[in-house]
Amino acid sequence: MCRLIAITSDTPQSPMTALNALDVMREGHDGSGVGLCLRDLGGPLEEMKDEPILSGIFTEAGIRRLDGYMINLGFLTKYKISIKIPKVPPQGVPKRDMYLIRAYEYPEEWADMDREEKEARLVNIRLALQDMGRENQDMIVFSFWPDTIMIKEIGDPLTVGKYLELGNEKLNARIIMAQGRQNTNYAIDLYACHPFFIQGFSTMTNGENTAFVPIREYLKSRGEPGYTGFYSDSEVFVHILHYTLKHLGLGVEAYKHVITPLQDGDLESHPNGDFLTHLKRTCRKLIIDGPNCVIGLLPDNTMFMTQDRKKLRPGVVGGQSGTWVFSSEVCGLDYVLPGRDKHTDFQPMHLDTAVVRPDRREVYICKQMKRLPRLH
Amino acid sequence: MQANEKITPSTLSLKDLPWQIDWSRDKCTLCGQCTAACPVNAIELGVFRKRIVETDINAATQPGNVYKVYHGIRQRTDPAYHCVGCAMCAMVCPNDAIMPYHSDESDKLRFHLNRGGQAERRGGRRNAPGGVLDQIKFTRISMLTDPALDAGRHEFEMRALLGRILPPEENMQRVREHGWIPPVREIYPLIIGGMSFGALSPPMWEGLQMGVAYLNEEMGMPVRISTGEGGCPPRLLRSRFMRYVILQIASGYFGWDEIIHAIPEMKVDPCAIEIKYGQGAKPGDGGLLMWHKVNDLISAIRGVPKGVSLPSPPTHQTKYSIEEAVAKMIQSMSMAWGFRVPVYPKISGTSTSLAVLNNLSRNPYAAGLAIDGEDGGTGAAYNVSLDHMGHPIASCLRDCYLNLVKLGQQNEIPLFAGGGIGKNGNLAANAAALIMLGASGVQVGKYVMQAAAGCLGSETRRCNICNIGLCPKGITSQDPRLYRRLDAEDVAQRVVDMYVSFDTELRKIVAPLGRSTTLPIGMSDALGIADKAAADRLQIQYVV
Repeated sequence: MCRLIAITSDTPQSPMTALNALDVMREGHDGSGVGLCLRDLGGPLEEMKDEPILSGIFTEAGIRRLDGYMINLGFLTKYKISIKIPKVPPQGVPKRDMYLIRAYEYPEEWADMDREEKEARLVNIRLALQDMGRENQDMIVFSFWPDTIMIKEIGDPLTVGKYLELGNEKLNARIIMAQGRQNTNYAIDLYACHPFFIQGFSTMTNGENTAFVPIREYLKSRGEPGYTGFYSDSEVFVHILHYTLKHLGLGVEAYKHVITPLQDGDLESHPNGDFLTHLKRTCRKLIIDGPNCVIGLLPDNTMFMTQDRKKLRPGVVGGQSGTWVFSSEVCGLDYVLPGRDKHTDFQPMHLDTAVVRPDRREVYICKQMKRLPRLH
Repeated sequence: MQANEKITPSTLSLKDLPWQIDWSRDKCTLCGQCTAACPVNAIELGVFRKRIVETDINAATQPGNVYKVYHGIRQRTDPAYHCVGCAMCAMVCPNDAIMPYHSDESDKLRFHLNRGGQAERRGGRRNAPGGVLDQIKFTRISMLTDPALDAGRHEFEMRALLGRILPPEENMQRVREHGWIPPVREIYPLIIGGMSFGALSPPMWEGLQMGVAYLNEEMGMPVRISTGEGGCPPRLLRSRFMRYVILQIASGYFGWDEIIHAIPEMKVDPCAIEIKYGQGAKPGDGGLLMWHKVNDLISAIRGVPKGVSLPSPPTHQTKYSIEEAVAKMIQSMSMAWGFRVPVYPKISGTSTSLAVLNNLSRNPYAAGLAIDGEDGGTGAAYNVSLDHMGHPIASCLRDCYLNLVKLGQQNEIPLFAGGGIGKNGNLAANAAALIMLGASGVQVGKYVMQAAAGCLGSETRRCNICNIGLCPKGITSQDPRLYRRLDAEDVAQRVVDMYVSFDTELRKIVAPLGRSTTLPIGMSDALGIADKAAADRLQIQYVV
């Protein structure tokens, strides 16, 4: 079982805070890998909220190919954060040439492009780079999106963090999602590391998704180029989230109704029963059936946690106005916010979605049996 | 045979028959119950003459012999009266003195079941035991990475959707705009497939209907039953129980005059309309009710004269193409009930089923597709159709499902699979395998007859005389002297037993796979088979 920690805070935090919290929960992960997603960035990248940032791991040859490709598209490097790495990696961490975090300026011809078009193209570029990297084994690309940095590596989270010097003052963010991996595949593929990301949506989960194959088949047939990869059975969670909000135009409250719909008896007495019955039937292939705690992030930086239908995985939310932490275990939460009022900690149960809006004033508990907010 | 009897090409010995009666002179009381119970008059009272050699201990007395007569059971060897192995003789014998045994080699009778040029017709199923469904194992067991669920304590919602499901975006738009959304029924994934009133006896039909009503109203299980092609009793048409019934229309249109006239008086809509284009047991051939079974009641319900055979045409005669046959009939049936009732076709398994499916995928009114595989049963058919025509259900269903996956319509057109599910008694395992291969639900007929009414038929030529109305258990007979053996209440009880135990077994399969919230349709990663060719064909794991 993996361990998850997510922080949303008015003041930028170092990713090392999250990695230390994972270390506190180390009994729940085996140190086989770590994934980080940073958004609402602080530091030098704060001034470049709209510029797409490319995150990935490259060989020397890969970097040259990347530069050629990006220049050809008209992208110019605007800023980069250099990660200096010692010559010898710690035990269990593979040797890499370069960890890249680079903000680009859009090509001139993109200036008049509408947002949708821009977003679609960014995804296509990321996918093309991933394909190129797979061909020559010289690049691994995690994200190419504004205000977003992703770092993933094999090894113990804290060791990797120290090795990559993630305590670097240039690297901080108001939103941090981190997963300490309990590897269930013998060979570790970095693309299978959480968190997963698509167009501003990100999720990480803890648990195995037993309905993976039918869900994957369904997502692949939705005509969305970004619904690809599927190196992990948990990757579908972010695609379902994207599909629910972007394709169906629903809110975060509906996500749980898609992945773990109510039973028919409950739907009969639900104020939105008719609508939810339609949703349940039409999105039937997106129902997850495994034991999963999902922590998700929306493009507007709303963060949420929700549980499977039987609440088989741990998860807790705590904090105070301005800073909230979503954690697999209370000890992780204690590490980040030792002084909070613990009485207000909340563990979402099988019908709950705990949501912290971008203003970070409160945790809003969305009960599945309650009326859905009106759609605009 | 008698010494002076003529030997003809069709003169057979007991050895040439598929079933041989073993009778014990020691135990027999000569009560005659076996000969009375035999549905095909294969046994009769026999008078045997026997010579007994008598020798005296006194050497002076010459040995001699006497001729004695004894009475017992003689098995007839005339092909017209061959034993069908039903074993009703054994069932009624007070002393267990009689029993049919299957011949140890292939019989010679089969070469003579066409006297008068009449090809063999029979009821039952394909005479081929075994099948690929029983070989499929469920191999993806939730272990330490995700916990197996508790089949007894966790909540389960195992429901099939019968009806056309729109893509989520389009459905959302129609909800907003109050547009027409195709009717969808949430039903139990095990459907009682079409067995007509006429093929089945009145108590059998009544028992099935009572069992289904009980399951719905007392057990909360939304079980549905198809009428088959034989109409529907008028009182049922006008009752609230109609919602549990799938009305079948087939190429003979039997009973539909009564149904159409009852529409204005129906209290509730039927569950669905099934348009039968084909049947797994006799693909490409129409329904058949032989004259033996067309009595006053049947002729009244079907709207036909009595005492005549009722062969339905192989296809719907008013239609000449798939567009006509499918689109117009679906449209007409939908219109008859104001587009409130799902309408779907049922075809027999065929290598051309993808063409039908592709056509349906473009028809917004098609509510699903039922496919009946080669192991489906029938009340009457030509033996050659039963044994040699048709397509196995597993690969046919799998091809259709994967085709829907390719089109992205796997949630839009539910597939229902039938034909040989549970033929070896493994109902839940077979049903679950087909669901994981892509079926939304399964249809069963023979299993219900065996479990709920004690049908004696088997895949080794046992009984299979449903066609001539002589069913020894009264299941497929229209003769009150036979069908009074069957009590409708008992049938209903057994239907309930069967469904409740099936439900437990289904949970015992899906819970260890970590599934409970929804039926694991298309969860092919859970399946394995120790046959490489079958694994490749079905795109499931090869396990040894």
